[in-house]
Amino acid sequence: MDATTPLHDCRDAFVEALQALAAEDNRIVAVCNDSVGSSKLGGFRDRWPERLINVGIAEQNMVGVGAGLANGSKVPFVCGASCFLSGRALEQIKTDIAYSEVNVKLCGMSAGMAYGELGPTHHSVEDFAWLRVLPGITIIAPADPAETRSAVRWAAGHHGAVFLRISRVGVPDILPPGHTFRPGKADQLCEGSDLTMIANGTLTHRALAAANLLRSEGVTARVLNMASVSPIDREAIVSAARETGVILTCEEHSVFGGLGSAVAEVVVQTAPVPMHIMGVPGIFAPTGSANFLLDEFGMSPTGIAEAARLLLKRKA
Amino acid sequence: MDLASLTETARRIRVSDLDTVFAAGAGHIGGEMSAIDILTSLYFGVLRIDPNNPTDPKRDRFVLSKGHTACALYATLAERGFIDRALLKTFLAPHSRLNGHPNRVKVPGVETNTGPLGHGLPVAVGMAKAAKLDRAEWRVYVLCGDGELQEGSNWEAAMAAAQFELDNLTLIVDHNRLQQGASVADTNALAPIATKFEAFGWATAEIDGHDFPQILSAVDQAAVVAGKPKCIVAHTHKGRGISFMEDRVEWHHRVPNRQQYEQARRELEGAA
Repeated sequence: MDATTPLHDCRDAFVEALQALAAEDNRIVAVCNDSVGSSKLGGFRDRWPERLINVGIAEQNMVGVGAGLANGSKVPFVCGASCFLSGRALEQIKTDIAYSEVNVKLCGMSAGMAYGELGPTHHSVEDFAWLRVLPGITIIAPADPAETRSAVRWAAGHHGAVFLRISRVGVPDILPPGHTFRPGKADQLCEGSDLTMIANGTLTHRALAAANLLRSEGVTARVLNMASVSPIDREAIVSAARETGVILTCEEHSVFGGLGSAVAEVVVQTAPVPMHIMGVPGIFAPTGSANFLLDEFGMSPTGIAEAARLLLKRKA
Repeated sequence: MDLASLTETARRIRVSDLDTVFAAGAGHIGGEMSAIDILTSLYFGVLRIDPNNPTDPKRDRFVLSKGHTACALYATLAERGFIDRALLKTFLAPHSRLNGHPNRVKVPGVETNTGPLGHGLPVAVGMAKAAKLDRAEWRVYVLCGDGELQEGSNWEAAMAAAQFELDNLTLIVDHNRLQQGASVADTNALAPIATKFEAFGWATAEIDGHDFPQILSAVDQAAVVAGKPKCIVAHTHKGRGISFMEDRVEWHHRVPNRQQYEQARRELEGAA
């Protein structure tokens, strides 16, 4: 990736896919919390005004309404800023969605630190941790537009609860246009034998860039894009541990409870190897844009490469 | 169902609830007794439901938002034929389908899992909205507690229901004036409830929640105000039907001892 690489806001791919599906299936409805603009649902509202259900600034009700719509045979895509959707309505997500086993798609928009300078109130770097412990929710953090489109399509066809984590921070195209999302399956983006990097969302392209830096030093890194945080790809993790000996994870989420933790849970119980978990280091982020903060927390390509070098020194 | 049959059915459900709570050694008997006449009216006089086809898309929906009174719902579902009466004997037993709070996956006739308060009305708003989108005839009924209205999520849902003009949605408030630890008035006084809902754009009615004709006429479709959801404030008595429990806050979730159980049984049988 250089200065000329086009970057994409994955919300655009999200709404494009959602509208294509809604045109095919009139059970699909969108539910939002006065977030028509930030969830980019203006086009959806213009085409299907009745099927855009705006409950106002009321996330607990929004999630409950989603569950009720599913009871009435609709397929609701419940959209709101991820920080409020996952945090404010967590008990509704647990009881009305997960425990009730209903067919609702929770769409956490502008997740991670996408709201940048608005600060930690608006950051959603806890959502993997909060939702990963709830049985039955498939948690997906796509890395680019192709994966976003594919994940939305998969979610619509899957009868069950899904959490789609959609960023607004620009990302390059990574996966091929016809990419197919598979729950519980990672995509190997490049092969390597010295270490494995596992990333998702906005960190996948940064991990790839770090792998390229290392390659010039003769270090080869396997890079796995692991959009499916739950279920997790145990097979790919165990293979990575056994075949490359060390694992580095990167995510736009707290280092506690997220992708790194999910990987570590598999690693320590099946094939223990040294790991390094990169993410938001257990603090409320200082003021800054998402990209500034990712760099600040050591997740620039050079920062990730440096962490990889340190991790390699711990290799048995 | 005529008045005598409703009265007898409610009496049987009360006996069944008492027996089940006594056998299990746990339950929320006070709020169950206050709700049973409303449950009986809905299940035997209002809801268009079929125990042989509990997921019929065209069925009316009932949501027990005060999920801690699950035992009364189970006793009613057994009386209505949704579950086997023998299943009540498993209430709260290890691996029983009859948990302390209702579970839609395990119990036919349950529409959504409840227990934490303030969940039923938002889900019911979604159901009623789904019916509106389909221009379907089925209706949605919710029963909540009065203390439960202290949960803010109810008022989020109340705003949305009025905004969406959900005149296919009826909320019945079991206004027994007592919550777990004290009276509602001494905790977060909510009364008068009806005027609050009116201010939120709802149609309202105040009834005696133990009077079958009043309950049935308040929920009758003829009483629907076009474009408005309806809140029925049902004035009830916690522990209704068992003299030493009536209007006593400590019977929120106390379990009768053998002597109390036998007295309660005699009183309910005497009502036959």
